[in-house]
Amino acid sequence: MTAVATRLLPSRRTSRSVLYALSAVLVLAIVVAYTGADELTSRGTASAALRLAIPILMAGLGGLFAERAGVVNIGLEGMMIAGTWFGAWGSWQFGPWWGVALGVAGGAVFGLIHAVATVTFAVDHIVSGVAINILAGGAMRFLSSITYTPETGGSVVQSPGVTKMDTFNTPFVAGGNLFGWKSPDLLGWLEDRDWFFVSDGAGVLRGVTGEVSWLTLLAVALVPLSVFVLWRTAWGLRLRSCGEHPWAAESLGVPVLRMKYYGVLISGGLAGLGGAFIVLVQQGLYREASTAGRGFIGLGALIFGNWMPAGVLNGALLFGFGDSLRFRGAVTVRALLLTIGVGLVALAVWRWRRKRPRAAGVQGALALMVLLGYALLTEVPDQLITATPYLITLLVLAIATQSLRMPAADGARYRKGETG
Amino acid sequence: MAQVTAAVRWGLELAVELQGITKRYPGVVANDEVDLAVVPGEVHAVVGENGAGKSTLMKILYGMVHADQGTIRVNGQPKRFRSSKDAIAAGIGMVHQHFKLADNLTVLENVVLGSEPTKGLQLDFAGGATRIRSLASTYGLAIDPDTTVEQLSVGERQRVEILKVLYRGARIIILDEPTAVLVPQEVDDLFASLEDLKGEGVTVIFISHKLDEVLKVADHITVMRGGRTVGTVTPAETDGRRLAEMMIGAELPSPQTAESTVTDVVVISVRDLNVISADERSVCTDVSFDIHKGEIVGVAGVEGNGQGPLVDALLGISPHRVDGRIELVGERIDHWPARRRREAGVGLIPEDRQRQGLLLPSPLWENAALGHQTSEPFVSGLWINVKGSKARTRHLISDFGVKTPGTDVPATALSGGNQQKLVVGREILADPKVLIAAQPTRGIDVGAQATVWEKLKEVRKAGMAILLISADLEELIGLSDTLYVIFRGRFVARLDPATVTPEILGSHMTGASLGEAV
Amino acid sequence: MKSRRWLVAVVAPLAAMVFSVGVASLALIAFDIDPLFAFKEMWTFGTSTESLINIANRSVPLYVAAMAVAVGFKMNLFNIGVEGQYLLAALFAAWAGALVALPAVLHVAFILLVAMVVGSGWAWIAGFLKVKRGIHEVISTIMLNFIGFSLSAYLFLNVFRGETEGLIVATGQIPKSGWMPSLNPVLGWFGVTPRRGSELQSFLIIAIALGIGYHLLVKRSRFGFDLRASGINPAAAQASGVDPKRMIIRTMMISGAIAGLVGMSVLLGFFHQYPQDFSRGYGFNGIAVALLGRNHAAGMVFAALLWGFLERSSLILDLRDVPSEIVTIIQGTVVLGVVVAYEVVSRLAERQTVRAAARAAAALESGGAQEAA
Repeated sequence: MTAVATRLLPSRRTSRSVLYALSAVLVLAIVVAYTGADELTSRGTASAALRLAIPILMAGLGGLFAERAGVVNIGLEGMMIAGTWFGAWGSWQFGPWWGVALGVAGGAVFGLIHAVATVTFAVDHIVSGVAINILAGGAMRFLSSITYTPETGGSVVQSPGVTKMDTFNTPFVAGGNLFGWKSPDLLGWLEDRDWFFVSDGAGVLRGVTGEVSWLTLLAVALVPLSVFVLWRTAWGLRLRSCGEHPWAAESLGVPVLRMKYYGVLISGGLAGLGGAFIVLVQQGLYREASTAGRGFIGLGALIFGNWMPAGVLNGALLFGFGDSLRFRGAVTVRALLLTIGVGLVALAVWRWRRKRPRAAGVQGALALMVLLGYALLTEVPDQLITATPYLITLLVLAIATQSLRMPAADGARYRKGETG
Repeated sequence: MAQVTAAVRWGLELAVELQGITKRYPGVVANDEVDLAVVPGEVHAVVGENGAGKSTLMKILYGMVHADQGTIRVNGQPKRFRSSKDAIAAGIGMVHQHFKLADNLTVLENVVLGSEPTKGLQLDFAGGATRIRSLASTYGLAIDPDTTVEQLSVGERQRVEILKVLYRGARIIILDEPTAVLVPQEVDDLFASLEDLKGEGVTVIFISHKLDEVLKVADHITVMRGGRTVGTVTPAETDGRRLAEMMIGAELPSPQTAESTVTDVVVISVRDLNVISADERSVCTDVSFDIHKGEIVGVAGVEGNGQGPLVDALLGISPHRVDGRIELVGERIDHWPARRRREAGVGLIPEDRQRQGLLLPSPLWENAALGHQTSEPFVSGLWINVKGSKARTRHLISDFGVKTPGTDVPATALSGGNQQKLVVGREILADPKVLIAAQPTRGIDVGAQATVWEKLKEVRKAGMAILLISADLEELIGLSDTLYVIFRGRFVARLDPATVTPEILGSHMTGASLGEAV
Repeated sequence: MKSRRWLVAVVAPLAAMVFSVGVASLALIAFDIDPLFAFKEMWTFGTSTESLINIANRSVPLYVAAMAVAVGFKMNLFNIGVEGQYLLAALFAAWAGALVALPAVLHVAFILLVAMVVGSGWAWIAGFLKVKRGIHEVISTIMLNFIGFSLSAYLFLNVFRGETEGLIVATGQIPKSGWMPSLNPVLGWFGVTPRRGSELQSFLIIAIALGIGYHLLVKRSRFGFDLRASGINPAAAQASGVDPKRMIIRTMMISGAIAGLVGMSVLLGFFHQYPQDFSRGYGFNGIAVALLGRNHAAGMVFAALLWGFLERSSLILDLRDVPSEIVTIIQGTVVLGVVVAYEVVSRLAERQTVRAAARAAAALESGGAQEAA
């Protein structure tokens, strides 16, 4: 009896995440009440945050598969660019889902090139990644000049408009259609009540359940799928062993080189999917430089997430949220600064109590800077907002390095038969 | 041999029978007509010094290396091993000295990797854990399958390695220097596990140089020396001293009876040196010694007893916390950065020349400057003095007999012996106040070895202070004026090379003298 | 031995060039274009006097950027942040240069100094983060690039903005004493008279001097010895007295200082101010040039010239109905090709050298044995 009951109760990890999420909403609710910046928890912001987070998530997951197999993939940006191009072309020629498929394939092709260079020829991983980025940019430009320039609305740097992905609203919760009948929009109704905390939470949830594209759903589903594949299957164990101790894996008969290929191919495919997403859900056309460094921010999310899929999701959401504020007003951004400042203070206090005075001091100083910024900046410069994801990445990396755990043999040059 | 006849009389097959195993490498015969007979269900120890050939023999048994001559029989069946896979199929498992365990994975994951139990698409964690737990309890290897390897102590990690081979059905387990990394308590646990393994009929072959332990746990002991088997005995028939004698040889080289050149001027003085690693393990404990002008202080010890960390600490490149006093000609240098110490006259012949002593792709003249790239004749002002460097290199080459077509050849093109002569030559010609020579003649041919010894004696006569760390007893006895023995990071004995006997030296080096009461 | 070294150094880039031209040809053929026609057009256009001057001008910032990257590469430090470093440096230098009026040489020197200090400082951040917090410099320099873009945009619009002339937004004009002259008069001595508007920038001379300085620094200075040792064998370098942390910081700062100079040729010889559309992309192309030139002072000259040639000659292609982006395919493929080719070639060469030297040594031994006997 008790065994069944304990299995029904949520695991410690899930209940802890729920607690974190609830406290985050609470903090935001307080900030909203204090500053009046209700945009912070509106459905618009949440929806934008989710949309902007997905490409970063895909890049991050891509990086995860590669690095878990022991290969550093700096070329994610290039693979994503390939994904944008092929995603647009596929949708333009055949339709959105074809765009997805071809975007994935495009990314995977560059993943293959990276794999050949690093796994077979043992080229330095970072050098290869940089070269891939250069090559992908050039190749996509070339393809654009051939295919898009002759078309109206097309040019070397841009494609004509393409069909985007369909969106849907979740039934009951967000007013979606259920076999033709428009269901009530519960969360929307709650959000409009303006009740402290409840409306804030409802706003956030409404944002992620309404006007959601199918591709978003697919992308998010890849997170639990990755967890399952990597931690619950034999194949996943072998892949991870290649990134942790390839020589041990080799001694036990694991085909290390082949597994690395798989990891990098998947990595390229995921990055390509992220690129396709940018075109098919956000932009509606291919545009050069629309990846804007997401491939690298994805790596930041990977590190922030400690090389775990759920962590990458958190990182991506965080960066997506920061990115989405670009479209909100100064009031909202200032409110965010306040939140961060308060958060850093809390972190500094926690570190102090954990007997780490130097770390506490550093974080305290950072907190002070942020709060000072909040107090002084009545007008947040645009450029600060565009720089947010990159600043956050550096900040997180600088604070958290001690407890971060990358795969032990990540980036190691592995040759068959060596003893390591 | 005795146990062979006994086994045959009882109609038992030998678990392992090696006959006439020979393996040659360029320049050295690693195994020379080696015989080994292992009775099923026993613990059989193979002992010998470094370079005696025991590792090669075990690699042949495990299929990692092919013998040039000889036969292998497992449980009476003749076997040819093309790779370790064949050996594993024959029921042989090997636990290496350097574990192959992924820190971030759990015990379960490490053990089942490559032979995972599956339930549909998923890995059968429960099934695997059950199997591991049952193996663990049967063989007395208590371990929790769900902990990550990183959290395990060294002794527990060894247990995981043993479980790895048992999981794959090994009935003959080779343990390569298993106690090299264990503390005494863990050693006792291991021996208890060995009893349990024996009880279940598993045969254990145990490679070691630690005679005290071997005497405690083995049923038979085979001694190897210089690639040959010296003999097989039981613990009842022998004791530590006689074993050491067999290992080292009855004769020790006689020390050269030249006039002592030791002065009473102290060049370097070390007091209470302690090296403590990040997890509060003491790597070197309370090391104290002096070296005088014109003196060679030898440090004997089996590799891995703290020599490396000691050298790192003296040089100033230790990654660990270093406490204690180091004085060079009266000045305290223990807080000086490595470069300053080098410039002040501390020279280094590293124990691993390729790792710490050479830039393999670089030309010889640049390698001659390595370690001295801020002093004459290699620099003038801010610039590298190419002419001066090459001139010095030519001098080095001719003086030390380095066989090379020129000074511009990359170091990787030289043979091991010539590389070592280059390193020794550059350090000696730089005229340091104290020269740390770690394994200076390791892995080089006899001729090069003789050259190095001559040079060391020459510079000693001229007044250099030399710290000689070596595992080569001929070298230590022949060169040292004072002889220390290092064991588990401590100097455990101070001996006179002129009067030391093999038994005493051997027993200090292997800890037998301490009676395991550390 | 030395001739073999040269051979090895040249084979890989050549092989990569051949490979990439082949790939590009295939791409052209796939779209029904005659590759020989395209390449011939590129050659004819690219070798005209005006083009050559243009190529020389283009290759100067590429060369400087490549050197900045190469200094880091020598010890396996990846400074991908050259782009951000040079833009910030140019902005600050333009602003500072417009503030003062010094005699000509001093004025230019002042501007260069400001640029080097800013570039060095920005790169220092990445070095500091690596040494103190263990953050890999690839991530931090890339992040700092983006932050640098934002920072320079902010400063440009809000702090450093000079008087706007019509539609052009830029920093203040640098007085004439801070201008670098054209080298066309010098060309005139050799009987070369290009058309008006095609000026050979004199920063070229500084770039050449920088190249010599780079070579001397890396190959012949004490610092260079430590630098190369750290790249070849960090353990041996440390045992020889090199302090790894100090090396990282110093190298990043030097790399950043060189990076700061990337935009100077264009600032001092052409724009004389920092406009909104200040030249971009040298940072990333510089990485390609460094890889292609194998971090070698002379090799990078050829690589930079090649890059400049490719960029310049591509302009003619659009006028001949050939997609000029074929050049970017060549560029991308050659970079990838050269890193693979170099790995393969150097491994083969190493095996050869070891074998040859073993033979030579054996011959010496037997010769010596005969002597002894």
